[in-house]
Amino acid sequence: MNNNLLSLIIFAPLAGAVINWFVGRRLRNERFIGLVACSSVGVSTLIAFYLAFKSNGALHIGEPNDTTPIMDHLWTWIQVGSFRADFGLAMDRLSGIYALFITFVGLLIHIFATGYMHGDSGYYRFFAYLNLFMFAMLTLILGDNFLLMFVGWEGVGLCSYLLIGYYLDKEEAAPAAKKAFIANRVGDWGFVLGIMLIFFLTSAKGHASISFFDKPAQGVISALQMIGLMNPDSFALSTLWAGGITSVAILLFIGATGKSAQIPLFVWLPDAMAGPTPVSALIHAATMVTAGVYMVVRCSAIFTHAPTAMFIVAIIGAATALFAATIGLAQNDIKKVLAYSTISQLGYMFMACGVGAFVAAIFHVMTHAFFKAQLFLGSGSVIHGMHHEQDMRRMGGLRKYMPITWLTMCAGWLAICGVPIWAGFFSKDEILWKVWSAGSSNMPGGAAKALWFVGAVTALLTAVYMTRLMVMTFWGTERFREPHAPHDHEHDHHQEKVEPHESPLSMTIPLIVLAVLSTVGGLVGVPYAISSLAGGHPENYFEQVLAPVISTAPSFSASGENGAQPLHWLSPAPQPVDGKPAVAPVGETPGAASSEETPRPQEINEGRLLALVSVMIALIGIGIGWFVFQRQPARAMPRLLENKYYVDEIYDAAIIQPIKVGSREGLWKLFDIGVIDGIIHTIGGAVIRFGRTIRYMQMGFVRGYAAIILAGAIIIIGYFAYSGAHVLRFLVR
Amino acid sequence: MTPQLSWYLALSAVLFTIGVVGVLIKRNVISMFMCIELMLNAVNLTFVAFSSFFRDVTGQLFVFIVMTVAAAEAAVGLGIIIAIFRSRESLDVDDASILKF
Repeated sequence: MNNNLLSLIIFAPLAGAVINWFVGRRLRNERFIGLVACSSVGVSTLIAFYLAFKSNGALHIGEPNDTTPIMDHLWTWIQVGSFRADFGLAMDRLSGIYALFITFVGLLIHIFATGYMHGDSGYYRFFAYLNLFMFAMLTLILGDNFLLMFVGWEGVGLCSYLLIGYYLDKEEAAPAAKKAFIANRVGDWGFVLGIMLIFFLTSAKGHASISFFDKPAQGVISALQMIGLMNPDSFALSTLWAGGITSVAILLFIGATGKSAQIPLFVWLPDAMAGPTPVSALIHAATMVTAGVYMVVRCSAIFTHAPTAMFIVAIIGAATALFAATIGLAQNDIKKVLAYSTISQLGYMFMACGVGAFVAAIFHVMTHAFFKAQLFLGSGSVIHGMHHEQDMRRMGGLRKYMPITWLTMCAGWLAICGVPIWAGFFSKDEILWKVWSAGSSNMPGGAAKALWFVGAVTALLTAVYMTRLMVMTFWGTERFREPHAPHDHEHDHHQEKVEPHESPLSMTIPLIVLAVLSTVGGLVGVPYAISSLAGGHPENYFEQVLAPVISTAPSFSASGENGAQPLHWLSPAPQPVDGKPAVAPVGETPGAASSEETPRPQEINEGRLLALVSVMIALIGIGIGWFVFQRQPARAMPRLLENKYYVDEIYDAAIIQPIKVGSREGLWKLFDIGVIDGIIHTIGGAVIRFGRTIRYMQMGFVRGYAAIILAGAIIIIGYFAYSGAHVLRFLVR
Repeated sequence: MTPQLSWYLALSAVLFTIGVVGVLIKRNVISMFMCIELMLNAVNLTFVAFSSFFRDVTGQLFVFIVMTVAAAEAAVGLGIIIAIFRSRESLDVDDASILKF
């Protein structure tokens, strides 16, 4: 159905950005700028919630169980032959969920930022960029085709660059911004190639398309549906470069590694902490970095047809999770710890996608947005209260001075460690369970268990380093009162006396709201294994909402049964599934609306056991962190981890320096100056030399001229005398 | 012996050659001009010789034209020489070398 309210979601922040840029700069009134910025995002939030939860809204479940997205066609962008890509928006269940938490968490962060950025000279610029970012991010998730999503994708990359480099006088900000943009760009290369390949694959089937949804009114067929109807690729390495669905999947995933900071393109995210903390919270924790996960889940049809690619996604996700967790253990800057934590948690999400548990991945995206934003904003509050001190070795005992910050951060801490009932427990446990029970049909048998093990170790490490963060910051002796030890620090502190204070209301209220969300936000997705203890429904609310719009792997099933489920599509009319009527009331036949049937008792027990294991891991991790760091908070961590395995140095030596040297010596000196300029110089030189030679003809020596005339005359007459003047006979009549 | 045609032609050739060599060797501009006149007159002699021996009046007509040309050229040339002489006080043709590179 067409709905013009949808476009207001993206255009309200854009209007806010424009107003702040032009009017805010003149007025320089912080209250005005903050009000414009927050209210524009507030408008988006209200509309998103309305559209999601109204009676036939995007997230409404029940009668009728229609998964048609709410669409809004703004204008026709490209129309060539039968190919069509429009500037059109569509809110279906997946983008509805994203829209809800992006706008809401974004609103909270905007409110926080009005307090945090108080007194900064570029206030208008900050909020203009932040609103521009919201515009781009919402375009990304609400776009109804790949090209519009890519516009949003690039837009968030741009805004990330602008915001990381926001502090003009911070020396490390500009290189960090460039690094972020360039790393994103490398990923975008893969993404664009993937889109082009989709175009080719669909046009080979007769109808070229890059749209997500069917739009019969505009004659557009969903590319995802078309690919979904193709034969799945086999599980073989060669499919990666065969140019089929697996190639598409791996190319799209390269884009995701850039945007969502996975191996190998994660290097920009820790450096991005040079930006203001609200930026870190919004962009590099809750929203932009989840765009990669959004894209993978949106293209679940493609990935489920490419088991090789899914396997690679799972492996990279798991590897990144573990890798980043080990580095986060050794960082001393509070924001860097959270940055590596974000990379690690994103690894979890991709690991879930890789085994086909897309719903679990999105659930973790949502809960992660809550608790990670909470942790970042909390750290921002700490930094603000400590007068911009970020090194945890110089904190300590802050819970006396910043009680609200401390309590709210505890909520975030427990959430990320995975303690029930906090939100992180449900989503992380769901992921670990799905990984453990991944069917052997789309990955080698022992791999699933190995991935679970990696996930479990990472969960332990997560608990340890987060506890370390909390202990170093809020408990123990007040190290900021001690004279400065000769630590290495990036920016010098001219304040010898730091008296920490709690943050103003504009900052603490968002902290409280996010803490509440971190605590109860997970309850929408309680897995059946646990909810069955209290007589719950086989499918929790989150699954009911999201599962119908996500394609399942042709031979994947969490219950281990080899049911070849027909794929569920975003089609205008509800389609019958397995012969059962699609509009059955959700409560009665649990399996009808999703790809899972009622889990068997063995599974339920397995799930409960794994949940228990997860809790044990979390508590053990917290215990280790507590006892190890309570005694010696500022203990030195292994050098290798602290220096992030020298990844940046390795990249520099292996990739950047060769490129620079190759460009300078080879392409510039050898080719540009040598060959191209060489051609010009040769031609010019030849002309000059020729001129130098023949100018001796003109010596100003009159007798010489006479001699030349004589010589010429002799030659000509001699020729005619010799070879006969018959050539001249045509002159004589 | 009556003069043969070839004697006239030889004389003419010698005169012409002396004129050519004189043009190339002489540094005085007036001398160059006199040698040019010599060349022209050598050619006149050739024409007249042929006209006389083949009893064709065309040769003598041509001599008229050549003489006209010689006169005109001498007039113009001497005018240029006088103009150059006025500016540089020298009749040496090697001094008129401003047009070199």
